[in-house]
Amino acid sequence: MIAYLLKRLAIALATLILASIVVFAVLEILPGDPARLMLGMNASADQIELLRDQMGLNAPLIWRYLHWAGGLLSLDFGRSYTYSVPVIDLVRERLAVSLPLALIALALSTVIAIPVGLFSASRRGRAGDTISMGAAQLGVAVPNFWFALMLIYVFAVWLRLVPAGGFPGWSAGIWPALKSLLLPAVALALPQAAILARVTRSALIEVLNEDYIRTARAKGLPYRTVLWRHALRNAMIPVLTILGLQFAFLLAGTIIIENVFYLPGLGRLVFQAITQRDLIVVESVVMLLVAAVIAVNLLVDFSYAAVDPRLRSRS
Amino acid sequence: MKLWKTILAAAVLTLAAAGTSAFAARTDLVIGIPLEPPHLDPTAGAAAAIREVTYANVFEGLTRIGPNSEVLPDLAESWTVSDDGKVYTFKLHTGVKFHDGADFSADDVKFSLDRARAENSLNAQKQLFAAIDKVEVVDPATVKITLTHPQGGFLYNMGWGDAVIVSPKSADTNKEKPVGTGPFKFDSWAKGSSITLVKSDHYWGAPVFLEKVEFRIVPDAAAAVPALLSGDIQAFPFFDPDSVAQVKDDPRFKVVVGATEGETILSINNKQPPFDKLQVRQAISYALDRKAIIDGASAGLGLPIGSHMSPTNKYYVDLTGRYPHDVAKAKELLKEAGLENGFKATLKLPPPSYARLGGEIIASELRDVGINLEIIPVEWAQWLDQVFTKKDYDLTIVSHTEPNDIDIYSRKDYYFNYDNPTFNKVIADLDVTTDEAKRKELYAEAQKILADDAVVGFLYELPKVGVWDAKLQGLWENAPIPANDLTKVKWSE
Repeated sequence: MIAYLLKRLAIALATLILASIVVFAVLEILPGDPARLMLGMNASADQIELLRDQMGLNAPLIWRYLHWAGGLLSLDFGRSYTYSVPVIDLVRERLAVSLPLALIALALSTVIAIPVGLFSASRRGRAGDTISMGAAQLGVAVPNFWFALMLIYVFAVWLRLVPAGGFPGWSAGIWPALKSLLLPAVALALPQAAILARVTRSALIEVLNEDYIRTARAKGLPYRTVLWRHALRNAMIPVLTILGLQFAFLLAGTIIIENVFYLPGLGRLVFQAITQRDLIVVESVVMLLVAAVIAVNLLVDFSYAAVDPRLRSRS
Repeated sequence: MKLWKTILAAAVLTLAAAGTSAFAARTDLVIGIPLEPPHLDPTAGAAAAIREVTYANVFEGLTRIGPNSEVLPDLAESWTVSDDGKVYTFKLHTGVKFHDGADFSADDVKFSLDRARAENSLNAQKQLFAAIDKVEVVDPATVKITLTHPQGGFLYNMGWGDAVIVSPKSADTNKEKPVGTGPFKFDSWAKGSSITLVKSDHYWGAPVFLEKVEFRIVPDAAAAVPALLSGDIQAFPFFDPDSVAQVKDDPRFKVVVGATEGETILSINNKQPPFDKLQVRQAISYALDRKAIIDGASAGLGLPIGSHMSPTNKYYVDLTGRYPHDVAKAKELLKEAGLENGFKATLKLPPPSYARLGGEIIASELRDVGINLEIIPVEWAQWLDQVFTKKDYDLTIVSHTEPNDIDIYSRKDYYFNYDNPTFNKVIADLDVTTDEAKRKELYAEAQKILADDAVVGFLYELPKVGVWDAKLQGLWENAPIPANDLTKVKWSE
């Protein structure tokens, strides 16, 4: 068990270091000069040079990498070129939107998907299965921004229950803030739920064909008990894997939804920083996300060990 | 009977209450803007979004530009110009305070202008101050500016957002917390989300009507429509032309189409063969069908141009007839240039829809005369780097949004790679000419030279499409400079 965890940790660390090199190198190759972007087309070459000096862009590549990576180690993420405020402040503000949004969406998607998956698997081939998997197929196929726009027209424009977009900030109160995250969370959750439901169903069906399920049934256990205690638990590994991937996606891959609802989330920060060549923000945020993904994967790995005793005993 | 009376009385009271609340006009406003400013200091960055929040609202200059491009007095109540046109003496308003309580005086004017033109200045429009020789404080309410040579556009230049007056106390922190003399003061900025201004208590000028204004950042054009329909946002001064159809028949909204100073052009690398040949550039001009381009790239809105000048500008001459759409003529010119079999070139397109959509149409129009374009989409950062700085391009589409900027064609090493001594002479003369009639003549001459040389393909003037609540009054129809001037904006009851 300990060896298994240590191995996972070592892999995680190596991934982080490799990622930092790749992220830094890729952004350096990207054409475009942040100083020129800030000062525009009428600025002289001298002014551009001056600003580049001020931003520390004229220092040698290796030195800048070490400076940046060293800063990361001491949790100093540097200052944004365009906003000229510490990157960590920007990230903190954005996380206050992205993290709750991701968690609500993830909770919603799990709450919808697992029962639907269970229901479908236990009614395999029957009408209920066909209908719910048809709905899931639709959920996977419909682009979430279109779905988001439909939600806006119904709930914001027509019924006026929630705002059409924007985020008032947590200082405006819990309910107003939550209310503005509601539609985006639903728009994000449904396609995720559709995928998750399908994965849950197929994993369950596979498990339900195993011999030990037949044995359990044969020794007289009720179907319900078999499904919940024996089948679902064994089907959890692929479900957890997908959940882990989905969380990473929900944290930063939601740029389209953030645009449709004009939410100040992490995805939009990265996107904006890329277009403005605010390299330090891009590099630092991407590294944070890499770290988050790795952490989530570690957690998923640990939870495999929790649901699958064989992983514990093998080491 | 008694019950009826009570009900009636209650109804009358309710109506009366509703009546009074309807007559007290609203004093708050939420404005949608597509791009978030990187910071809020107009003296330290080129982004138009900085000015769209701060110009005339937070910051003021000696002069200001009005809604129709006219020069108006601002912090300077009046001025005199010496006979040789080199010395401007500005009489300043007194009793003016910055939002942090600091008094405004001639010292601040000297500080601001000296700072903008200093050796290490990072002002994005430093050229505006190039003619200033010295700035002197005569007394707290008088400032004297001496120029190295008479400059026709000096008062106009001082009205740009980049020439606003800042206080030495707050100049270094204006990026995050802008402090000016304007009728609105900065309140808060939720990054990525919105910027809020509130009415300043000690404003020196005519009082404004709004108490609180929020600029909300809405990057997606598809999101702008529901935001308007739901009433969350009441005005989009810069609306996506393609979405206008969704709101234009709705009586709750006003759609206002005005002009900007954005000359949208098909830029040509004049040194890159075969574009160094006049016939080739003229052939391109003949091949362009401006109407089709405006229809496809700008929903039919926008005025065609024949040279580098906005049709709303007082110096404009109409040269749109210089190269009518004529495929046969274009082919003939290509033949003269020895290119009867056509040739291949690249067209680099930055992200705005006028470029991406216009590019497709232009590529198909040029294909008709035998020029095969490879379309290369680029980001702004890439465009600035490859096209603008390194001049590594054949053709590109871009809108030059700076007001009155025909002089860019005379700049050394500008990305057009155009160098015509006759044109440069006209621009140099313009800079030192103050006589209006003569200036008009020179501007006409400059426009004509550019059209004759077919330096670039002149397409159209970028429209300013504004959509706002029908009860809202006082927003600008045109955009002579990037701004959302709120000083006259109010709700009608």
